[in-house]
Amino acid sequence: MSAAATMAGSWRQFWQRFNARRSTTVALWTLALIVAATLLVPVFSPYDYSTPAWTRIFTAPTWRGGQLFGTDALGRDLLVRVMWGCRISLLVGLVASLVSVVIGVLWGATAGYLGGRSDALLMRAVDVLYSVPFIPLVIVLNVLFGRHLLLVFAGIGAVSWLDIARIVRGQTLAIRNREYIDAARALGVRAPAMIRRHVIPNLLGIVIVYATLTVPAVILFEALLSFLGLGVQAPLASLGSLVAEGASEMQANPYLLIIPALLLSLIVLCLNHLGDRLRDALDPHEH
Amino acid sequence: MPRYVLRRLLSAIPTLLLIATLAFALLHLTPGGPFDSERSLVPQIQHAIEARYHLDEPVWRQYLRYLSDLARGDLGPSFQYRDTSVNQIIALGLPIDLAVGGCAIGFALLVGGAIGLLAASRPGTCRDRVPMTLSMLGMSVPTFVVAPLLILVFAMRLHWLPAGDWVGGSWRHLLLPALALALPYTAFIARLVRASALEVMGSAYIRTARAKGLGPMAVLLRHALRPTLMPLVSYLGPALAGVLTGSIVIEQVFGLPGIGRFFITGALNRDYTLVMGLTLLYGALIILCNLLVDLCYAWLDPRVRLAQ
Repeated sequence: MSAAATMAGSWRQFWQRFNARRSTTVALWTLALIVAATLLVPVFSPYDYSTPAWTRIFTAPTWRGGQLFGTDALGRDLLVRVMWGCRISLLVGLVASLVSVVIGVLWGATAGYLGGRSDALLMRAVDVLYSVPFIPLVIVLNVLFGRHLLLVFAGIGAVSWLDIARIVRGQTLAIRNREYIDAARALGVRAPAMIRRHVIPNLLGIVIVYATLTVPAVILFEALLSFLGLGVQAPLASLGSLVAEGASEMQANPYLLIIPALLLSLIVLCLNHLGDRLRDALDPHEH
Repeated sequence: MPRYVLRRLLSAIPTLLLIATLAFALLHLTPGGPFDSERSLVPQIQHAIEARYHLDEPVWRQYLRYLSDLARGDLGPSFQYRDTSVNQIIALGLPIDLAVGGCAIGFALLVGGAIGLLAASRPGTCRDRVPMTLSMLGMSVPTFVVAPLLILVFAMRLHWLPAGDWVGGSWRHLLLPALALALPYTAFIARLVRASALEVMGSAYIRTARAKGLGPMAVLLRHALRPTLMPLVSYLGPALAGVLTGSIVIEQVFGLPGIGRFFITGALNRDYTLVMGLTLLYGALIILCNLLVDLCYAWLDPRVRLAQ
């Protein structure tokens, strides 16, 4: 059997294990639907997320005029606002996870591959950073440097790479004595190229799993910041700030709280579930 | 043992120093100070205020002054609350965080542990599937969503419990905040205990215990329970830290006068000493929690040796 065929075979095997339960399919389709809606609704809706409409304040969800989710305290269409909120949340989730995966993989793979004193030093830094209270620190960062969206990305990404670094280091320790690493070393490959070309590609499986689990964590973190009023700036909204707005109006208009809360929970639930299934599929020994 | 504890406590000092330096640098190197306001003050008054809080000195002098005060356990005066020291604010707010956090962790351990054991006792059946689905839900719904929903249902609609406030910490005011804070940890602990229990129940010594004729309850209590709960102990460190910083949100929603709320207002008002003091406090508590967890771990599992 050719190498390509083996590759395709193991992919199919992986996909079968991953897709074994109907809940996986449901989660995938739900996410796809939400992503499609966030892309399409703001384009086709006659409303935008920022223009107040003083004649339509606090309209309950209705079919009339297509305002399925009703309107908020300024008469803005909640459907469009929630869709923009999902866009922001998903974007933050992806970008910040990417940042944290890149830092975490490089850090962990370097520590694990080099070993010895460099390893001790790099991992000692991770240990120290684990004791830094991060939610307070990111809050301080956001207050001090203004609430720029880019900063939210960078800040969250920079604090959530510790777990990935630890896992990647452990995995690197396991593979660094394999024959193909020895072979490459015998051919004169130096450490940076070795880490880039031979170590990191062989870590991809576990990295993908933890990246999938980082995305929902990061989305929750951003939502938390926005909920405290430290994330995205008005009039733009993220799901966190929509929940905060809804919470202040919940006595008379509970739909303003329930709709964004539901959507946020749904996105995180789907991502958590997919990450879990991915882990089970890639690591069949556990179950 | 005492030498180990001493060494761990000593090794916390550089970490705390790093946190202090980081917070100090962040606060002092960014534009805007605690006494900038729209209304411009008479220059003499401005000078007097800055001299009072040593803000007119060069930054490195302020830094050294802060560190030497810190060494004596003095976190300095608050800029925002006049005639109040940061130590006093902590003494006022911390008991509230400890009460809410303690209740939340207790609830999460008891309820989460029970659910996990229940689910593991019949894996694959609906007694397993339903709680596990619910726990996945519990992990995905953030605290700041649960908290307003709890208020909406139990305070505004049913009028069973108060929507917030503290009033000296009566249990009625404690219940909703603790519950909201506990939920994600309860869910995670349930999953953790289930996975661990299934692993333990499949091991050889449990089979031996069964084979010698021990009843299922005796097997569980005498042989399976302790190893099952081991992963729980190592999860307790991150969980305690999470509860501690998570209470920032809870205090905001329920209007509790804990340190989390002081932290947010302090950060917004550039109250340098308050923010630095509270950040250090969070760091110290996290380090302390991790130390306690490690000690517990060694005590429960004699195979873990501390001295190395």
